[in-house]
Amino acid sequence: MATFFGEVVVAPSRAGVDDEESAEEAGEETPEDREIRRELEKKREIDVLWTLKSGASTESCPAEQFACSKFIVAIGHNAAAFLSSFILDSVCWEVVGVVKLWNEWCRTSNTTNVLPTDSFCLFYRLISDPTVLLCQCSCYVAEDQQFQWLEKVFGCMRKKSLQVTILSTCPVADYKTQESTLTLPSPFLKALKTKEFKEQICCPLLEQPNIVRDLPAA
Amino acid sequence: MFVPCDRGGGSASLDFKGFTLLMPAVSVGNVGQLAIDLVISTLNMTKVGYFYTDCLVPMVGNNPYATAEDNSVELSINAEVYSLPSKKLVVLQIRSPFIKNKYRPFCETLLSWVKSSKCARVVVLSSSHAYQRDDEQLLGTPLRYLLTPDLEKAVGGLMQELNWKEMEKVAAYPGINDTEKVLNIPGGGITKLLFTESCLKGIQMAVLLKFCSEGDNIPDAFALVNYLNEWVHLIKSEVNTSSQWKIPSSWRLLFGNGLPPALF
Repeated sequence: MATFFGEVVVAPSRAGVDDEESAEEAGEETPEDREIRRELEKKREIDVLWTLKSGASTESCPAEQFACSKFIVAIGHNAAAFLSSFILDSVCWEVVGVVKLWNEWCRTSNTTNVLPTDSFCLFYRLISDPTVLLCQCSCYVAEDQQFQWLEKVFGCMRKKSLQVTILSTCPVADYKTQESTLTLPSPFLKALKTKEFKEQICCPLLEQPNIVRDLPAA
Repeated sequence: MFVPCDRGGGSASLDFKGFTLLMPAVSVGNVGQLAIDLVISTLNMTKVGYFYTDCLVPMVGNNPYATAEDNSVELSINAEVYSLPSKKLVVLQIRSPFIKNKYRPFCETLLSWVKSSKCARVVVLSSSHAYQRDDEQLLGTPLRYLLTPDLEKAVGGLMQELNWKEMEKVAAYPGINDTEKVLNIPGGGITKLLFTESCLKGIQMAVLLKFCSEGDNIPDAFALVNYLNEWVHLIKSEVNTSSQWKIPSSWRLLFGNGLPPALF
């Protein structure tokens, strides 16, 4: 593709697969490349550490799956701040888990003593009803880590009659609508629900052609 | 990988033995995916399941083929399977790009699913960068086809009758040695990998592709789906075939929102 100034550049394709990737064919990857790739994959692995029994040490997966009736997940700084301001307190909720991960955008640790400006991913349990779980995830979970996050977190739960609520935010500029977003009263709420969810929703459903991405979508 | 939907039809509707699997490659201009949208929307196909895979970027939205309020609230994700038993057609739609390093495992899992579900043949709709055509390819039709040896035996003659052009091979070492030729599909995503693996595994696969560039690829999608229709006859081909394909509601606002009145 020629740009306005006459230089020829390779235009990024919406297809998403770069031709450079085909150079990673088995024959061309040296043992050093393989080793580097393996090390990178290991570095990008997610660790989910739980302290479900008081006094017990953290464990990556409890011996038995624990019962969970309601799981509320807040993804992103705004949603996490909403939970901190309106729901969480040290009287009714206790920390029961933490996610340790690294990617190019952020790193979390396994400390549960976090500042609001840190990147963290913590799990809380309602003391009066231990089957109610809450997750505050203010760190960015990269696309190659999202599936792992899901499998490791949900893998530890008994999912019978589980109701999951996901809270997240998106920029208004990304919202597709016939009018301009400049005139839209914002912020506003939209919802997506599975057909199994039979309760009343407090806001309109997300219209086509809008979509949700990243960890909330996963 | 394949997770069936709970539908009243039961397992009878999930037998794909002898069916044609139609699928897109995520490629330049997303032409294959747009063409598949037209097929699913026009034939009003029923969703029968999805792929549970860690190879594609996650996304979710409401039904992209909604026609009225009552059918607009079904969730839709990045890799879904639709079927039309009356035409022995099963369609896979892919709605997001591959996660880095995951396109190879996806191809392997997909092809083994094709074998285990006993699909008769696979048709891949794809595209390739128009700017990489050579002088000869710049003239004439921008549409090409490829057939694996197993499918060539079955339908090779038909391609001659339709006067279709086979995708040309290019020199492996241009300028140095012009005798060794390889298949090259720049911008085609996983097309080449799927094709070469199918040749090795004895799968009957056809690739239909169009040379195009990024931009408004709706006309390219129509061209590709009409090309497909010449062979597979999904809809009746009358004089003005383009008007018979139904554009899905999700194609609204492809190029942005309405303009703010304050601009003027």
